This record gives sequence, C-alpha cells and structure tokens, in this order.
Amino acid sequence: MTSSTVKSPATSAYWAGLRDGSPFVLMAVPFATLFGVVATDAGLTVAQAMGFTVLVIAGAAQFAAVQMMMEDAGIAFVLLAALAVNLRMAMYSASLVPYLGAAPLWQRALVAYLNFDQTYITSVARYEARPDMRVQDRVAYFLGVATPITPLWFIMTLVGIMVGSAIPEAWALDFIVPIMFLAMVSPMLKSLAHVAAAAVSVSVALALVGLPSGTGLLVAAAAAMVTGAIVETWIERRKA
Amino acid sequence: MTYSTGQIWLIIAVLGAGTFLIRFSFLGLIGDRPMPPLVLKLLRFTPVAVLPGMVAPLVLWPAATGGVPDPARMIAAIVTVAVGIRTRSAIWGIAAGIGTLYLALWIFAIR
Repeated sequence: MTSSTVKSPATSAYWAGLRDGSPFVLMAVPFATLFGVVATDAGLTVAQAMGFTVLVIAGAAQFAAVQMMMEDAGIAFVLLAALAVNLRMAMYSASLVPYLGAAPLWQRALVAYLNFDQTYITSVARYEARPDMRVQDRVAYFLGVATPITPLWFIMTLVGIMVGSAIPEAWALDFIVPIMFLAMVSPMLKSLAHVAAAAVSVSVALALVGLPSGTGLLVAAAAAMVTGAIVETWIERRKA
Repeated sequence: MTYSTGQIWLIIAVLGAGTFLIRFSFLGLIGDRPMPPLVLKLLRFTPVAVLPGMVAPLVLWPAATGGVPDPARMIAAIVTVAVGIRTRSAIWGIAAGIGTLYLALWIFAIR
C-alpha cells in the first residue's frame, strides 16, 4: 500500500483510509440490503429496522438479535446473545489504546461508535506498519476507512426495507463476509507467533462451537492471544 | 414476533447503548495512561486471535448449505488465505477469494 505525500499529513491519512476502506463497500451493500429484507420480514417497522442499523451498527449482532426475536425469545436472551456477539469489540477497544489513547475524548468516542471489524483490522494493520504515525493522523485514517462503509450501511438497509424481496441464493452472499475477514487477517500472519495464535484461535473456536453465540470465540481469542505472547517470548529468548 | 412496540424499542436502545459501551470501554477509560508491557504484548495478537476463530465454523459448516461442508466454499477460503499471505494485500485476497468462490460454485453446479 502506498501513501500520498501532498497536503497536510492528517488530510493525506484520511484519504489513504478512504482508499483502503473502499473495497468493503462490496460487503456493506449486499449485507445491509439483506438486513433490511430480514428485518422487514421479521415484522419490524421501517423506523425500528433503521434504529437497529444506526444505533447498533454491528451486522452480526443485528442479525443475531432479529433471528432470536423471530423465535420470540425472552428479551434478556435477545440482549445477551447479541451483546455476546459484540464482546470481541472490547478486545478491539483495548488494542486501540496504545495507538489512539492520547486522542481527545470526543474523537475516541467517535472512533468507538465506528469500531467494527473492517475499520478496526484495516486501521491496526496500518498503525503496525507505520509506527511513527501521529495520533491525529491515526484518527484521520480510521475515519477515512469508515467513510465509504458507514453511510452505505445505512442507505442500503433502507433500500432492503423498501425492496423487501429475498436475494437469490446463487449469489452465495453468506460467504462474502468470511472471505473478507480471511483476506484482512492473512497479511497479518507475519511471524511464527502470529501463525500459532491463529491456529489456536481456529482449533479452540471449532472445539467450542456448541457453546452459546460468541462465548466460544471469546475463549478461543483469549487462548490465542496467550499463545501468541508465549511463542513470541520464546523466540526472543532463543535469539538472545 | 409478539413483542410490543415499546419492547422492541427497548431491545434496540439497550443493544445500541451496550454495543457502544463495549466499543468505548478501554479506549474511553484508559486514555493515554501507560499499559503494562505484558498486556500490550497480548493485545498485539488481537486481530489474528479473533478473526480466524470467528470465520472457521462458517468455512467448515456454512449456514447456507444447512451446515453441510461445501467444497466450493472451502477452496475459496484456502485461496483467499494463500493469496492474502503471498501478496500481503487484503484487496488481492478478496478478489481472488470471490473469483474462486464463483468459479468453484459454477464448476460444482454443472458437474
């Protein structure tokens, strides 16, 4: 990935983020539309479906909540299931602290609102690759990544509500999201420690797949982070 | 669905607030206070610790096929990872993965 050198660093960081975030429209368009369709089918009003998309702004959790609402689950179960799906974002929040902790509170709040898988992974990859970025440039980059995705997520939900018909199964839209996530994480497998962490994440998540939504993933992620840290420490000691 | 309008809005409001608080949590409360080196070391592995585990069940047991393993989706996943690692670029990984998915689905369909 290249960077532009014209204008102020914050402006060029914003544009670099905008460029790196653009491919995710591919995913935001079909999935926001699909959520609009599903939410309408489930019986939500236009305002309620839009309320979900704007206030929660987390695709997987939105689908999980509507799915459970269609089954008339208790309100507490709906909330627990959807929030469990989002708990991984507490890890995202913590891992952004070293990069964005010095930003003003309102900027950190804005980043928090926009902190979903795509914006987080894309931004952290950039911060890792360029350790000398200034804090305001990091914030600008993050907002740049969020710029193409977020409005489209809102607008296409509305389109889905209006269109209200199912998308053909042959498009295999279910698998666009896994491909996006795999493509985002693969370039980050840059050391034995990272590969070991990913392997543990996969193994534990598959072993715990029967647990309630989101909880197996949290255990898998914690185990993977510990594995990564141990392997890295071990390699450092061998070098020393 | 048998919830009242008020109950539906309650669910939306609590989910919205809860999700924001989860995302704001550490970033909002810790700010620029220094974190212990061990914690920083653990956090550096967050992306590779969360995403592979999140995706693995979707690759092995796709919801679209009712949980039956699907060779087209598995091949697409493998190609995505291989191209992503090789090119160090998410964009090439996405392009190769989606291309492979549709090609493989088409080949398995006409077979």
